[in-house]
Amino acid sequence: MSDTWIILGATSAMARAFARSLAAEGAGLLLAGRDGAELALLAQDCRLRGARLAEAMAFDTRDAATFAALIARAAAEPGPISAAVFAGSMPPQAAIDADPALIEGVVADNFAGPARFLQMLAPVIEARGAGTVVGVGSVAGDRGRLGNYVYGAAKAGFHAYLSGLRNRLGRAGGHVVTVKPGFVDTAMTWGLPGMFLVARPEAVAADIRSAILRRRNVIYTPFFWRWIMLIIRTIPEPIFKKLKI
Amino acid sequence: MRWKTLEYSGWGRSHRARGDLARPERRADLARICAETPAPAIGMRRSYGDAATNDAGRAIDMTRLDRMTGFDPDAGLLEVEAGTRLGEIAAALAPRGWLPAVLPGTGFATVGGAIAQDVHGKNHHHAGSFGQHVESLTLLQGGATVEVAPGTDLFLATLGGLGQTGVIVSARLRLMRVPGAAMEVRETRAAHWSDHLAALERSDAPYCVGWIDATATGATLGRGIVEEARHSAGPVAAQTRARKVALDAPGLALSAPVVRAFNAAYFNRIPPAGRTRLRALPDFFFPLDRLHDWNRLYGKRGFHQFQCVVPPGAAKALREMLEAVAASGLASPLAVLKRMGPGRAGMLSFPMAGWTLAIDFPNGPAARDLIARLEAMALAAEGRIYLAKDALAAPATIRAMYPELGAWAHEAARADPQGYLATDLVRRLQLRAPA
Ligand SMILES: Cc1cc2nc3c(=O)[nH]c(=O)nc-3n(C[C@H](O)[C@H](O)[C@H](O)COP(=O)(O)OP(=O)(O)OC[C@H]3O[C@@H](n4cnc5c(N)ncnc54)[C@H](O)[C@@H]3O)c2cc1C
Ligand SMILES: NC(=O)c1ccc[n+]([C@@H]2O[C@H](COP(=O)([O-])OP(=O)(O)OC[C@H]3O[C@@H](n4cnc5c(N)ncnc54)[C@H](OP(=O)(O)O)[C@@H]3O)[C@@H](O)[C@H]2O)c1
Repeated sequence: MSDTWIILGATSAMARAFARSLAAEGAGLLLAGRDGAELALLAQDCRLRGARLAEAMAFDTRDAATFAALIARAAAEPGPISAAVFAGSMPPQAAIDADPALIEGVVADNFAGPARFLQMLAPVIEARGAGTVVGVGSVAGDRGRLGNYVYGAAKAGFHAYLSGLRNRLGRAGGHVVTVKPGFVDTAMTWGLPGMFLVARPEAVAADIRSAILRRRNVIYTPFFWRWIMLIIRTIPEPIFKKLKI
Repeated sequence: MRWKTLEYSGWGRSHRARGDLARPERRADLARICAETPAPAIGMRRSYGDAATNDAGRAIDMTRLDRMTGFDPDAGLLEVEAGTRLGEIAAALAPRGWLPAVLPGTGFATVGGAIAQDVHGKNHHHAGSFGQHVESLTLLQGGATVEVAPGTDLFLATLGGLGQTGVIVSARLRLMRVPGAAMEVRETRAAHWSDHLAALERSDAPYCVGWIDATATGATLGRGIVEEARHSAGPVAAQTRARKVALDAPGLALSAPVVRAFNAAYFNRIPPAGRTRLRALPDFFFPLDRLHDWNRLYGKRGFHQFQCVVPPGAAKALREMLEAVAASGLASPLAVLKRMGPGRAGMLSFPMAGWTLAIDFPNGPAARDLIARLEAMALAAEGRIYLAKDALAAPATIRAMYPELGAWAHEAARADPQGYLATDLVRRLQLRAPA
């Protein structure tokens, strides 16, 4: 039987494309987030596309009380339990500069909340000896930049967490894929200045699916961001600190 | 909601607009936009001209509200959001035996666009128009949600109504049962015009369409290939892989000698005795979708499609049009002849019983002059042109072709008194000006 997937942040356009590609293969889907009405519409859509199970579930990165019920619901399904984290938020850096208290939310949405959730899920994956975790980070986590270093820092924390979790779950038959998207055409980036080489959410979802199949550890999507980020990481700090990119 | 300032255009790329687009991904966001900053809704912009543009204004891109939200297999009723592409519905449901009863020549068209243009397919003479299979729909008029049922004036003004009665949020469609996702397609040569017409008239296949070599003249004028098809359980042929046109092509790409050579080869590819093949469903319904962004083949200046329909007795007028086209040397490989039935769902719907001819032309002064002549010929034959394809017509021409325009404008004014939903096409053709 195909996996049951917990999808955190299922209202994201990337998550929608990912969920649909799983639905077409008859997977079970627990679509989690804060917007119950939207999640219910997506659940219907996924059932019509072939999901054997598609349910809307409450999940708030900033409210750990929502975590246990979701994990229990997943654990009630037979077979491997997998999870994909699309939840995240990116307020403008200027808003954070004006109100440093926003940092807490950014860290909760992009790192602390998902990490705590995955920490609770890990024993289930270990017990079943199978299951995949997909963690969506960002190229922004590869190096802190003037334009969004708080978001970048939270994503960098998440990357490090995922690397450790991979080390842990790999021993028990599980696997962790770290996904670092470049710019993707979603609600998060619509109308933002400075976007280029913007990828379609469906293309990102397809990259993630193939990374899961091939048990890749860390992917950039679209692939060329690996090379762009290699260059950006290679720039010596004395020069980098003067750049506005 | 963030707005994105964009330069954009219809599929023909001859007319460009610059304006702010919102692209809501949640129902609540759409409702807020409609209540606070009402603007016309647009789909995948597969209309050729200016139906889906609002220059110097705002528009709502509906393509992210694209979920199928319910299906009743007993009644064959699908509840679906307006931004859903028809090709997605077909891909998801055909393997399970269901299909929209009417599909236009591109699977990228959205449900909202198909309703607002009351589109037709290769089965129009049997199945009627898209709107005739709409069981009900939901509109947002400013802050109000309105359920619209067939038979009401609002329904008649919304089907084919160019989005002027409100933003279509979702619709319930009556789907058709199909045996599977394959099509049995028979292709035969038609040697000249009367041969072509006779073959289309004779056909009893559910789907029937003629491709015309619009460069042929004299004794071979009107020659082409008649394509007839029916649904089949398969086995489904592998689908052809999609490719993409990455750059605007240079002017040479579709010049007269290239088109003539291409058309001859395209015609001769079918053996004289005809052939029958099993095709994958999208390969039959949406043959051009395999080449993404093929509109770029026409280069920067873009192109136009002329499409008209004339009454059953006026096929001669189409023959005269074809003579004018062949003599002009302006035709592209895309020229299509179809029989139409009387089916139509709304006051501004294009279809009427008779014959429809559609031909693409690279944009330029000579093509625009030719299209003006073709429009005049269609009008003289008591036919009409299709607003989904038009970028050039004058208000008086459309007024003469669409007798229910006055009644429609009245309904549109009731639905949107301030005119927030007007698009470039609506302004150019003065559709909402009181008669
Ligand atoms: C290759 C190709 C083949 C085609 N073949 C056919 C064919 O065989 N038969 C046929 O009839 N047509 C055909 N067409 C035309 C096409 O089907 C129509 O133009 C259709 O309307 C396109 O849908 P869209 O989603 O792109 O709508 P758009 O072009 O984006 O919009 C069309 C109109 O619908 C309105 N609209 C869109 N969504 C909404 C909404 N949610 N609420 C309110 N108003 C809305 C817009 O304001 C606009 O007036 C073809 C087009 C192409 C490019
Ligand atoms: N778009 C890009 O260019 C890009 C690039 C790199 C990485 N990413 C990452 O890709 C992921 C998907 O983002 P997107 O671009 O699709 O943007 P999006 O539409 O804003 O999606 C963000 C998702 O996060 C969820 N979320 C936000 N706050 C939450 C909270 N407190 N609790 C639970 N869920 C919460 C949202 O769900 P609800 O609000 O419905 O609850 C939504 O599903 C994010 O992690 C983002 O950082 C995006």
